[in-house]
Amino acid sequence: MRLLTHNMLSSNIKGVTNGFPLRIEVEKVVEKPVDFNADFLKNMFAKIEWKALVDASRILGYAELPDEAEPSMLDSDDFLKKFHHALLELHLEEGALVCPETDRRFPVTKGIPNMLLHEDEDINNSAAFLNADTV
Amino acid sequence: MLWQDSCKMSARTAQIRFVSSHFEVYEPCDDSFALVDALLADRINLLEHRPTVCMEIGCGSGYVITSLALMLGQEAHGAYYLATDINPHAVRVTRETLEAHGVHAEVITTDIASGLERRLAGLVDVIVVNPPYVPTPEEEVGCDGITSAWAGGENGRSIIDKILPVADNLLSDRGWMYMVTLTANNPSEICLQMREKGYAARIVVQRSTEEESLHIIKFWRDFDSQVEANEMVTTNRAAPTRIVESMLSQFPRLPFWKYGNDSCN
Repeated sequence: MRLLTHNMLSSNIKGVTNGFPLRIEVEKVVEKPVDFNADFLKNMFAKIEWKALVDASRILGYAELPDEAEPSMLDSDDFLKKFHHALLELHLEEGALVCPETDRRFPVTKGIPNMLLHEDEDINNSAAFLNADTV
Repeated sequence: MLWQDSCKMSARTAQIRFVSSHFEVYEPCDDSFALVDALLADRINLLEHRPTVCMEIGCGSGYVITSLALMLGQEAHGAYYLATDINPHAVRVTRETLEAHGVHAEVITTDIASGLERRLAGLVDVIVVNPPYVPTPEEEVGCDGITSAWAGGENGRSIIDKILPVADNLLSDRGWMYMVTLTANNPSEICLQMREKGYAARIVVQRSTEEESLHIIKFWRDFDSQVEANEMVTTNRAAPTRIVESMLSQFPRLPFWKYGNDSCN
């Protein structure tokens, strides 16, 4: 699981209002080289919660990202390369994602997070959600 | 790997011999091939569309998301691929299929897009989905394993009707969705629901086999549809008929259109 994906995941448990970011428990990190594409990074930058990415990359052992970032930094190749590495090349291979509100653990096995919920945790079981957009 | 080099030169799809399998995972079948054929048929448009985020809901063997990644290219072309399935075996098999083809997608075990809906809202440029569309008793919906790949409940619509609002939430302003439907799913009614959310639709591939008649429908956000749908809601009670008629004219040659409520077979 890339940190880009971590940045897109929130706790989906019923009743949780602040499920982002998920805390990371690390058992194994792998690095996989990815072709560099500045346009892709510039496209994604505005969609990234920067602090969550910085914290996650530090937990995975990469401390090169600045605490704060702004769009003007996208002109710097050095910044883009660090952003690229943190976002795409660091993988949480084994470990867990933990709901910040409930401490519920979502395991990550072979790089695959498992976000499946038990029935009593599942917001989709409330009829209101399903009926909101159906006639 | 020589064949990986050659795949850069022309439009390629996943190779069946490299698609991984498991007895609890749906193997690529006529519906999967029809969906990939629809993506191939629309490939030039997809390349021009330059999607940043592409997602498959219900990835099964991984045949479709792998084919999409091969067709459109990876990060070098600026795309991030995601694939989800409720069946943990399917997600593992998808990862193996992706690796066997030398492409990457992020795979997540989850129900439709649960856990992604908040942060990924409005970010997905292309969704592909081959939903569980087979009409079954409602009890079979939500069963584990391979049953989850096809059990669709009444008219095969139980899961489709859950996916539609989720897709609407995830799709970007320029978002497209390709969905497999069966005649029994009442695709005209699906199109109408999506029209009310502001999407236009067209059929990219129509295919009849001995067992089923499949339509691969492409949806895209369309400002005119939204205006029309809003008018319907706010001002004109008679408008639904008009909308249905305009959709009828959009797909003139489809027999199911006239017999929208008939189930096939």
